[in-house]
Amino acid sequence: MTTTLEPTRGPAAPARAKPPRAARSRALSAWLWGAVGILLLAIVWELYKFLGPSDGVVIGGVRILPRTTDLAMPHVWDMIGRLLQPVTRAEGSPPLWAAIALAALTTLGIAAVGWLVGLVVGIALALVMQRWRLVEWGLLPWIILSQTVPLIAFAPIVKSWGSRIDIAGVEWQDWMSVALIASYLAFFPIAVGALRGLQSPDRIHTELMHTYAAGYWPTLLRLRFPASVPYLLPALRLGAANAVIGAVVAEVSTGLQGGIGRLLIQFAGQASGDPSKAWAPIFGAIALGLVAAGSVAVLGLLLKDYRRGEAT
Amino acid sequence: MAVRHTENGTTASAGTDSVSVRGVTKTFATKTGDVSALEAIDLTVAEGEFVALIGPSGCGKSTLLRLIADLDTPTAGTIEVFGKPATRARRDQDYGIAFQQAGLLPWRTVAANIALPLELHGVPAAQRKARVAELAELVGLTDFADRHPDQLSGGMQQRVAIARSLAERPRLLLMDEPFGALDEMTRERMQTELARIAAETGAAVVFVTHSIPEAVFLSDRVVVMSPRPGRITQIIETAFGKDAARDESLREAASFFDRVTAVREALHGVPVPVAGREER
Repeated sequence: MTTTLEPTRGPAAPARAKPPRAARSRALSAWLWGAVGILLLAIVWELYKFLGPSDGVVIGGVRILPRTTDLAMPHVWDMIGRLLQPVTRAEGSPPLWAAIALAALTTLGIAAVGWLVGLVVGIALALVMQRWRLVEWGLLPWIILSQTVPLIAFAPIVKSWGSRIDIAGVEWQDWMSVALIASYLAFFPIAVGALRGLQSPDRIHTELMHTYAAGYWPTLLRLRFPASVPYLLPALRLGAANAVIGAVVAEVSTGLQGGIGRLLIQFAGQASGDPSKAWAPIFGAIALGLVAAGSVAVLGLLLKDYRRGEAT
Repeated sequence: MAVRHTENGTTASAGTDSVSVRGVTKTFATKTGDVSALEAIDLTVAEGEFVALIGPSGCGKSTLLRLIADLDTPTAGTIEVFGKPATRARRDQDYGIAFQQAGLLPWRTVAANIALPLELHGVPAAQRKARVAELAELVGLTDFADRHPDQLSGGMQQRVAIARSLAERPRLLLMDEPFGALDEMTRERMQTELARIAAETGAAVVFVTHSIPEAVFLSDRVVVMSPRPGRITQIIETAFGKDAARDESLREAASFFDRVTAVREALHGVPVPVAGREER
């Protein structure tokens, strides 16, 4: 802790706030290293494809490195080039990248709905667990247990249950089953992170609120929620990643059309004739995950005041 | 025994003590049996009076403060603040409180931290803004109103905490070693400021401290406590005079050193008669 003698003499030097130029160059170098990483991956890919045996590296009957044929490992430029070509040879077929982008956006939308549902459920669970210790003891083991249910087995059941639901004339759509499964994966880290965050205020702060005769709701609003932000943001990011994975896997196992999960399966089936095409939805899924995590990072920027270090 | 005159025109009915502690005992249940933290405490703090609680660790001075603040309840005895039970006084926001740690909310600016109690009690925004500006001025942090706590030094954070404790013009201030974590120079400057603020607002102060000079410099009466069980062993009047300025000259006055000696001897249990000491 530094102590300035004369407070009027000048602003206290904030150790953490960096001049904007340094921050900008740091952000720039982060992007640069990211690009270098991708480039390095492409070089390693091509280098192994060039040097490795075409049947892969097999030791004692187990293949520990993949085959290097064009079928198993297409060239990087082939995979990129394929993205620019039409999906099929049929007349008026859109370029592959557009089809991938559309499917990724569809999945992103479903995952976002799942994430929102997971957010509401997760925070509601955290609130009741924070409020009543007994609920925490009773509920937390079940919440952890819920995540051990195998998702792939679960998805078709949800779909068949959903098809029987008809609430007030609103018919249950297949994408809702997918969103529900996404939310099932997303709520878990959010519930756990929010609980830790809501429990994080120091005793001095809770006692201060007590001396102000502030009840449960004012304390929640002015102290517990703001204090939970540093715990909540990583949980939300995990939740977003989980929602994307959940949505893709659920699309695959329920056979939902239109999403990236469906394209993954469909194009993998065409891999023997068009090996580069099978990689396109994989890139799409990666981009999808980055966008989802990036959106939470933007949220973190908006809430930056709530992420300041604890002042003593 | 109101040493300082109240100027802020509070609605206190004359003759009501700020704090009245009667026969208070506090025992904590632990695994190895009950621990007596306080035993048979009687203490009265008059309107506008500055009282310091001093004693070694474990003498229960902080516990006594927490009981007055209704952060804990006594095992036996009664505590009244402005003639009402401590719980009522807390609900009525009759006191302001500051702890050893500033306890600022890191996501709030200096101004928003000072405004917190006002916000919680529904003071309109315009009024809140005016009051916050006034308080920032009082503690000399006007230029820092938009900073966040992590951009302030420890002394400045503590001043924000004091401004916050004064936000609702309480007639009683409870302070638990508020300067304990500060370096000596900052500490002395803060003491001078607190003495000025207490005089300006006319609030009574109960001030827990480890430091003998701090207790003597600030208070009208120094309450000396001893541990195991926590008891009041002596109450020493500083008796510097009604309008004695609490400034650097007092720190070097002979009467100041007299009282420091008296408090030290009371703490160490050596009975030496000194003018101005009063046995209770």
